[in-house]
Amino acid sequence: MSLMTEITIFVLAVFVGFEVISKVPTTLHTPLMSQTNAIHGIVMLGGLIVLGFADDGLEYVIGTIAVAFGAINIVGGFMVTDRMLGMFSKKPKPKAEADGKGGGA
Amino acid sequence: MTSLLAVFKPGGDAATALYIVAFSLFIIGIKQGTHPRTAKRGNLIAAGGMAVAVVTTLLLDGMGNWGLIALGLGVGTAVGVIASIRVQMTEMPQMVALYNGVGGGAVALIAWSEIRHGISLGEEIPLDELIPILFAGVVGSVSFWGSNVAFAKLQDLIPTRPLAVPGQQVINAVLLIGIVAACVSIAVGNDDPSQLTFVAVLIAAGILGNLVVLPIGGADMPVVISLLNAFTGLSAAAAGFALDNVALIVAGTLVGSSGTILTMEMATAMNRSVSNVLFAGFGGAPTGGGGGSTEERPHVSIGAQDAAIKLAYADTVVIVPGYGLAVAQAQHAIKEVADELEKRGITVNYAIHPVAGRMPGHMNVLLAEADVAYENLREMEEINPEMSRTDVAVVVGANDVTNPAAKNDPDSPIAGMPIIEVSEAQQVIVIKRSLSPGFAGIDNDLFYEPNTSMLFADAKQAAADIAAEIQNL
Repeated sequence: MSLMTEITIFVLAVFVGFEVISKVPTTLHTPLMSQTNAIHGIVMLGGLIVLGFADDGLEYVIGTIAVAFGAINIVGGFMVTDRMLGMFSKKPKPKAEADGKGGGA
Repeated sequence: MTSLLAVFKPGGDAATALYIVAFSLFIIGIKQGTHPRTAKRGNLIAAGGMAVAVVTTLLLDGMGNWGLIALGLGVGTAVGVIASIRVQMTEMPQMVALYNGVGGGAVALIAWSEIRHGISLGEEIPLDELIPILFAGVVGSVSFWGSNVAFAKLQDLIPTRPLAVPGQQVINAVLLIGIVAACVSIAVGNDDPSQLTFVAVLIAAGILGNLVVLPIGGADMPVVISLLNAFTGLSAAAAGFALDNVALIVAGTLVGSSGTILTMEMATAMNRSVSNVLFAGFGGAPTGGGGGSTEERPHVSIGAQDAAIKLAYADTVVIVPGYGLAVAQAQHAIKEVADELEKRGITVNYAIHPVAGRMPGHMNVLLAEADVAYENLREMEEINPEMSRTDVAVVVGANDVTNPAAKNDPDSPIAGMPIIEVSEAQQVIVIKRSLSPGFAGIDNDLFYEPNTSMLFADAKQAAADIAAEIQNL
C-alpha cells in the first residue's frame, strides 16, 4: 500500500468515526467507550505479526508480552462490554426475580 | 516451522479482503452500539469482526513461533476472561482504564520490536515507516503509563486527590521537547537509528504519561480515560501505517476519532476545555482552605427514620446518585427505597449528571443493573427545571456535581460547571459518610444550607434502613 493510499484510508476513517459516534445517549457512553476500547485491541494483530516473524531472544519476549497485552485488551474489553449491556437488556421485564448475582453485596 | 496453516500472503488480496470484512463489522458494531436496543448485538458483531481479523492474521504465510503465540494468547485470554467475570459493575471505570493501558503497552512494544527489526536488517528505515513507529512508541507508552496511573487512582492504590509536583509544567515541557528532539534525531539518522535512544524515548514518554495523569483529580477521570482511549486508538493506527496493515489503520482511527468526540463532550459538560483539564488540574490553593474549616460550619444531621418520614410524605422525589453510590454498591438498596415510595404513589426520578461517577454513563449502568426503568433516568438539563417543584431531593454519594458554588461563587475552582440544582428542591437529604470534600477537593456549600439534612452513613446501609423505616410507617 502506498503512503497516500494509507493516508486516504486514515482520513476517511476519521470521518466515519465522527459520523458513527455522534448523538449517543449518555446512558450508552460507558459501554460504548468500553466497546471502542476493545476494538483498539486490534493492535494484537501487530503483536502476532511481530512475534510470528521474530527471530531473536528479546523479540520473542517483547512479542509474547505484546500478544498477551492485546489479548487481554480484546477478550476483557468485549466481555466486560457484554456484561454491561446485559444490564440494559433485562430492563423490559417489569421486575426480574433473578437478583442473585447482582451487585455481589 | 512455517506450518500447514499458512494460507494468506501477507499484504495479499485475500488477507486484505478479510481485514476489510473485519473493519466493516467494527463500524456496524459501533453504529449499533449507539442504540439501547441493538447495543448488545453490536458488541457481538464487533467481536466477530475481531475474530475474523485475528484468524486471518494467524493464517498468514510465514508465521512461526507458534508456541510463543499460543502462550501469549493463552495467558492474555485467561487474564481477560477472569478479570471481566470477577469485576464488579462499580469497578468498570478502572477495568476500562486497565484494558486501555495494556492496549497502549502492546503498541509501544510493537514499535520497539519493529525498530529493532529495522536496525537488524542493517538498511535505511524508510521515513514513512519510521515516523509512524516513533509516534506509536511515544503515544503507546504515554497511554500505557497514564492508564495505569488512572487505574491506580480509581482503585485507591494511590491518592485520588490531585498530586502536584513542584515545577510540574516545566518538567512536562522539557520532557516533551526532549522526546520530540530525540525522535527527530532518530528520524534524521534513519540509516542507522540508535535503539538505545528509542528505548530512552519510550521511558521518557512513560514518565510523561505518569506526570500528566498524576495531578489530575478523580473528578476529571472520565475525561482522562476517554482521552487515553483515543490516544491508544491513534497509536494503533500509527502501528498500522508502520506494518502496512489496513485493519489496524481503520480500527485504530475509528477509536481515535470516537474517543476524541467523547472526550470533548465530557469536557463541555464540565464547562472546561480539554487542555484545562489536563494542565490546570484542580490545584492546591482552594484545596487546603476548604479542608480545614469544614468541621466548624453548622449543619443539620438526621437519622434514617427522619429521612423515611420526609420521603414518605413527599409527592415527588428525585434521587441524585454519585460515585459514593458505586463505592457502597448501594444501587439495589436505593431501588428498594424507590420501590417502597412508588408503592405509596410517590413519583421517583433519578437525576443523572453527565459526569457523575468516574465515567460517562457510569450511574446509568449501575442503576440499570438494579432494574431502574430507563425512562426514570433523567438527564441534568431535563430535570433541573423540575427541581423547584420537587419535594425531596436525595443526594447519594454525589458531591461536586451538586455544589451550588459552581453557580454562585465565581472564584470557586469548579465555577461554571453545570450542576444538578438540588438546592432548589423543598428539602434535600444528603447521604454521605462524612463532610469531607469530594474529588475536586473543595467544600460543598450545599451541606450547610438550611433546607439540607445530612444523613451520615454508608450509602447502602442507609438506604436499607430507610426502606425498612418506610415499611414500618
